[in-house]
Amino acid sequence: MIGKTGLLRRLAWLVVLTGILIAVAVEPVSAQQPTPSDDDVNRVAKQMYCPVCENIPLDVCPTQACAQWRELIRLKLSEGLTDEEIRQYFAEQYGDRVLDVPPARGLNWLVYVLPPLFIAGGVWIVARVFRSMVKPSAENAGASLETTPTPSVAEDPYVAKIEEELRRREREGG
Amino acid sequence: MVEERINNAEKTNRQTLPRWVVGLVFAVLIGFLVLIGLGLRRTQEGPIVIGQKVPYFELKTFDGEVYHTQQMQGKVIVVNFWASWCKPCEQEAFELEEAWQFYKPRGDVVFLGVDYVDTEPEAKAFIQQFGLTYPNGPDLRTRISQMFRIQGVPETYIIDREGRLAFVKKGPFLSVTEIRGAVDPLLP
Repeated sequence: MIGKTGLLRRLAWLVVLTGILIAVAVEPVSAQQPTPSDDDVNRVAKQMYCPVCENIPLDVCPTQACAQWRELIRLKLSEGLTDEEIRQYFAEQYGDRVLDVPPARGLNWLVYVLPPLFIAGGVWIVARVFRSMVKPSAENAGASLETTPTPSVAEDPYVAKIEEELRRREREGG
Repeated sequence: MVEERINNAEKTNRQTLPRWVVGLVFAVLIGFLVLIGLGLRRTQEGPIVIGQKVPYFELKTFDGEVYHTQQMQGKVIVVNFWASWCKPCEQEAFELEEAWQFYKPRGDVVFLGVDYVDTEPEAKAFIQQFGLTYPNGPDLRTRISQMFRIQGVPETYIIDREGRLAFVKKGPFLSVTEIRGAVDPLLP
């Protein structure tokens, strides 16, 4: 015979077991990311461009295609993707031209490497030109202090030749 | 003495850069110019014209199947560019599917739907809405559309059995008759 207390105890055990079974049977639900706000979406969209209408950032683009893209950004954000991962996803789907800044890979490296190289080269050339401009004047200044006399007008053979020629013409003319 | 001094002064004024620096600068400049030239040539290249051989390309459908035009040699290929956000694309969707159903049993005509800058959920909804059964896939990195240099959607390019571009339609097809009028002359 099962007493009233025993029946209650069995019932309690049954309830506990059922609870455990339900907890195990129900598929665990992953933690849902909070719905990303428009600001979150626009933060990412600002870094991309609409490929259909050129030169319009995605966050302000009014077309239906851009609206769909912004919703896709919202979806990706809600899935927990980072800004960079979303940019990468869009670049893989639609090409690098949708990005505001070209990714540093392949020939794109030139965009990052060449300008600093050209600037550095330009600075170096300008510095050399300035130095060459300064050096000769300094040397000239030094040379003027030297005691070596420059040939006077009277000693210049060319001037002497001209003088002689003038005298000869005067004689012939006179 | 004076001449010597003048020569020395000239020498100091004409300070030349080391040869390797000059060579490097020229090499970089020439390389840069070549790159600009290639880029310009690529931009100036017009679209594929009728009669021109169409380069091979690959389309991975939304179902994950891969279609390569190289494996479709000897067949007429109808390449249709569309997008779910494109209203005129809706106009021709039923006609394209109807034409596909007409040619499908023959086996020598292939339809390929290239989804241009679209989002996958909307594209799949479009395919379902219009009951498209021919292969459709996204234009990943816009490679195919850039190759054809499309100006918008919808646009349709028909490649003949020799792999040459035979027909171009910019804008939507208005009827199945119009599609058949473009495909039939290319069939034996």
